Amino acid sequence: MIVERKPLNLAERLYIPAVANGFKVTWRHFKRTLFEGRTAAGDTAGGFHPEVPWRVGEGYRGAPYLVRDQDGATKCVSCQLCEFVCPPKAIRITPPGPDGAPADRRNAEKMPREFEINMLRCIFCGYCQEVCPEEAIFLQRDYSLSGTSRAEMIYDKEKLLALGGAHAGLRKWKQKEDEARAQEAFPPAAS
Amino acid sequence: MDWQFLAFSLAKILVVFAVVMTMVAYAVLVERKVSAFIQDRVGPNRANPFFARYIPYLGMKLVRWGIFQPMADALKAILKEDYTPAHVRKVYFWIAPALAMVPALLTLAVIPFGSQLGAQKMVIADLDVGVLYTFGIVSLGVYGIVLAGYAANSKYPFLGGIRSSAQMISYEIAMGLSVIPVFLLVGSLNLSDVIGAQSGSLLAWHVFKQPVAFFVFLVAAFAETNRLPFDLPEAETELVGGYHTEYSSMKFALFFLGEYAAMISVSAMMVTLFFGGWTLPFLGLDQPAQSLWVGLLHILIFFLKLCVLLVGIIWVRWMLPRFRYDQLMDLGWRRFIPVALANIVVTAGVLAMMHR
Amino acid sequence: MTDLLFVLFSALALLCGFLTVANPFTRSPVASALFLVLTMVWLAGLFVLLHAFFIAAVQILVYAGAVMVLFLFVIMLLDLREEERRRWNRFGVAAGLISVLGLLGITAVTLLRATPDGTGDAQLEGATHALGLMLFRQYLLPFEIVSVLLLVAMLGVILLSKRELK
Repeated sequence: MIVERKPLNLAERLYIPAVANGFKVTWRHFKRTLFEGRTAAGDTAGGFHPEVPWRVGEGYRGAPYLVRDQDGATKCVSCQLCEFVCPPKAIRITPPGPDGAPADRRNAEKMPREFEINMLRCIFCGYCQEVCPEEAIFLQRDYSLSGTSRAEMIYDKEKLLALGGAHAGLRKWKQKEDEARAQEAFPPAAS
Repeated sequence: MDWQFLAFSLAKILVVFAVVMTMVAYAVLVERKVSAFIQDRVGPNRANPFFARYIPYLGMKLVRWGIFQPMADALKAILKEDYTPAHVRKVYFWIAPALAMVPALLTLAVIPFGSQLGAQKMVIADLDVGVLYTFGIVSLGVYGIVLAGYAANSKYPFLGGIRSSAQMISYEIAMGLSVIPVFLLVGSLNLSDVIGAQSGSLLAWHVFKQPVAFFVFLVAAFAETNRLPFDLPEAETELVGGYHTEYSSMKFALFFLGEYAAMISVSAMMVTLFFGGWTLPFLGLDQPAQSLWVGLLHILIFFLKLCVLLVGIIWVRWMLPRFRYDQLMDLGWRRFIPVALANIVVTAGVLAMMHR
Repeated sequence: MTDLLFVLFSALALLCGFLTVANPFTRSPVASALFLVLTMVWLAGLFVLLHAFFIAAVQILVYAGAVMVLFLFVIMLLDLREEERRRWNRFGVAAGLISVLGLLGITAVTLLRATPDGTGDAQLEGATHALGLMLFRQYLLPFEIVSVLLLVAMLGVILLSKRELK
């Protein structure tokens, strides 16, 4: 659609209606806030941030945390895709190596020995969540991260897992195992 | 050169400097509060120093009004890391903030901020070419910004510096031309004489005698102080931070304070030129003070007028959107300069007719 | 006091003038322009010592505040490295020599004609009014000629910059 540009009259070219309307709007808000004590935060949330914490909506991209599956096992398999894709290089994964501990769930090969996210570097882009083949890392609702030192802001595996909680997604390797079992059973159960 | 003169001048300079710096700090607070109220927020209300709770009754109210916020801001600016990026031109990088700050303060030297206390005239330097001095110093203000843009040696500050120099030169012309009718009426460049010419009645104020001149001066003042709607040199949405993108800590604070000091000096100029300076047209307040109390009252009147104009300038920032650069240049060169010139011709013509 | 300030201002003006044209530390045109600004400021100081407040203010306003800002503007827009290269141009040297000699001649003639003990026109001291009267009555013709000269320069610039539009 093409919007017709109306020719401006003299007053409009002198910005008079614009200034008048601008003053009207700003004065209305100024008056309401100063004399009636109404604010946007007060009207919508009932208070201001530290006293009345802000409830973020669904799908908010806050701090990335690791999640466990329904059985309480680590979902991350240390594939290092998130480390690779992370634009600010905030993630550092130490894989278990050849003689490291095996994964704490059946059928998964490995889990990270150490998984660190530097929250000072993280830009909350969500690429790690996007790229994760295991659905093991999610941007969750935490928006207020603070610490008293830089070292404190590097979250390690235990902390990330503790903060992440359990995730009720599909259990990829359990499903693979079930499929394999179903193939091994002969004759096939179906038909 | 007698010592009494030196001592009194020094005292006046110190007092004016202290008052202006305090005003700058609180102008920042007013800016934040006004913007907050206009945008349905409350603004700074949590700076709560340890001694606030010992102030009876008022303490917590002052905290809620953010009265202690400037202290916290100053402390923060001083304690922050003063970071100098590796790619800057060091010498210019260091002198630019000072060059941005100093002219704004120097301008105040010729502003009469009161009639007299005792035998002392309440102006630091009662120059016969007062207004030319002011314009001269104001025109030097552009160096701070241009050099900051050049010194930073990166593209956004550079664009900001270039924009700023073009803008300030353009509007300096409109500003200079706009006040000429005022001086045609007064017949002197001395700012004390300008105030003297505006005593008597409210209609003697130049804002009523020369509304066109006032309007052009006001708009040019916005452009000269890089305030919205003409803050293109630092337009955050386009140029990150404009000329002060690469600055941090106290150097950044100097630019910030320089902007507010420039606002104050330009408001002081407007009060002097158009709003009758320290005079009020009732109760005989338009004559130089005979007693100490009246002298102080004059200073208070000047201060209040100044504050009203300052709040006005601050309000405009939150009221009008930024102009586009070509609109700005078009407005300056093709609207205001012809209007100011026409105003000069008309005023001179009318004066010539009247004096025949 | 006045003598001391005179010595100070003239020494600084000379120093900054020297640094404008032959700065041993840097060949950056921006530095030259800034030292020229400083020279203007010290010159304004000298005018103040002569009680010529109007000239002093105009010196700052026009030269330091407007002309030099435009210089800086142009310098920054040009390619600096091109300008830093030193080129001996026969025409440039000749023009420079001629203008320096001409200026020297004018200065010498003026100094020789001036009466050493004369204090100048006392009426003109610091008074904008007297200066204006003099400029618009006694020296009206030179004043108008200078205006025409400026007009010619402006027209030339417009012609040069708008050439491709024709």
